[in-house]
Amino acid sequence: MHKETFGSKLTKWVLIGISVLFVFIMLVLPLITVITEALRSGWETYKEAVSDEYTVKAALLTVEATLAAVIFNTIFGLFAAWTVTKFSFRGKKLLTTLIDVPVTVSPIIAGLIFVLTFGRQSFLYPYLEAADIRVVFAVPGIILATVFVTFPFISRELIPVLEAHGTDEEEAAALMGANGFTIFTKVTFPHIKWAFLYGVVLCAARAMGEFGAVSVLSGHLRGKTNTLPLHVEILFNEFKYVPAFAVSSILVMMAIVILIARSVIEYVGKKNGD
Amino acid sequence: MKKTHKRVIPMFGLSMGVTLTMLSVIVLIPLASLVVFTAQMSLSDIIETITRERVLASFRVSFSTAFIASLINAVMGIVLAWVLVRYDFPGKRILDGMIELPFALPTAVAGIALTSLTSDKGMIGSFFARFGIKIAYTRIGITVALVFIGIPFVVRAVQPVLEKLDPVYEEAAGVMGASRSRIFRQVILPEIAPAAFTGFGLAFGRCLGEYGSVVFIAGNQPFETEITPLIIMSELQEYDYSSATAIALVMLIAAFLILFLVNLIQSRNSKILGR
Repeated sequence: MHKETFGSKLTKWVLIGISVLFVFIMLVLPLITVITEALRSGWETYKEAVSDEYTVKAALLTVEATLAAVIFNTIFGLFAAWTVTKFSFRGKKLLTTLIDVPVTVSPIIAGLIFVLTFGRQSFLYPYLEAADIRVVFAVPGIILATVFVTFPFISRELIPVLEAHGTDEEEAAALMGANGFTIFTKVTFPHIKWAFLYGVVLCAARAMGEFGAVSVLSGHLRGKTNTLPLHVEILFNEFKYVPAFAVSSILVMMAIVILIARSVIEYVGKKNGD
Repeated sequence: MKKTHKRVIPMFGLSMGVTLTMLSVIVLIPLASLVVFTAQMSLSDIIETITRERVLASFRVSFSTAFIASLINAVMGIVLAWVLVRYDFPGKRILDGMIELPFALPTAVAGIALTSLTSDKGMIGSFFARFGIKIAYTRIGITVALVFIGIPFVVRAVQPVLEKLDPVYEEAAGVMGASRSRIFRQVILPEIAPAAFTGFGLAFGRCLGEYGSVVFIAGNQPFETEITPLIIMSELQEYDYSSATAIALVMLIAAFLILFLVNLIQSRNSKILGR
């Protein structure tokens, strides 16, 4: 490489300075604010807010919706990635485009389409009513919305990795008489292990934090259809700032765990060559 | 692969079936219900709804703030990607990891944190208040929230391109006497511009639909700081599904147009690079 001149050194540190300052103000300061505001009235108030009955219920619903999203999208992601990368068929481009639709749609519109599908004016409504199933303003709606907004998260990570790998190994295994399940577990999955885990982490991150879509479908029934982000909104709008930030701090900690997990998976995955 | 090629790998039917079923339940049927519902509305009703003064004002607020925020992110994204790829310095890995924070932090949390930071009593807000600049509850506040949301898009789009860029060309240009700013403008910028534009488009699309982080900081004054997703939300709360759908259609078309443009540039670019 060429020698560093005084000018290029100056540019380097000015650019690093701008970057660090920008990241500090835009990303680090908000995190610090959440923690300081949460602890403003002391540790006891914090503990009280975090262990509040409604907070715990909201946390449980968030965990439920996140788990549902991860499980559903894992099944979908594995099958979709297998279908798209191991076979050639017509309409593949259309299929991959449709899979990506949920991330391009505004969360509010995601909520809207589920209201239109399952709400009072839907042709499905009488049947749902007869079967005593409530989707809108109920837990199933929240779970559906969460699954929707995270729909492509796992398949999106798997498809490029599988595509780069081609189909030779699977074809060889099939010709030697292995069945589909064996091929998948013994040949395909080892290649996509890290990409899969990465997708799960991203899916979980988005699922636990989803606000807009869930907000449309929840109806904000405290203790029933409130997730943690919605609970934060209610507390904040009621001017209960300390509890709002206390509940937020739970989500901040989860976000930090996710960021660390993400970096570790990326690092280990790169080291293992995939 | 030949069209007549027999499929060797098993389970095509099963995996295709599962994929299509799940796709239908989660994406296709809900989207179809939007189409069905739209088909029942008359065109004049739709036009009447989306040309209401208040709705038009919300389009202006949403598009202008999303555009400015994405522009800021395009510039800062290139700087951040450059710093992360080209320089070594202590704490680089942490800086790299932090970029992803907007994806991991729930938008509502970001929203209330930024609101409290930029309100008149907040750390940043009180500083600017001395110069008579209000951030929270104005369009500047909306832009700040959208900058937060859009940070990762440009950085993550430009980073891989910069990593692959061979420094040979820069060195050649340098040897031939080009100044560093000229090298950047004429050698590096043309290479990373398509990626930066892709990131800009993705960020712009995301910002247009963003709701969670904006509602708290916006103040939601009709005509002034009311974003379009919020109008859709309030129509829904009043059970006016026709109006909500009409306005949502405009946003959907805008989102798909942006995506289409981004894909166009991406495929053109990969053709050039792949040659």
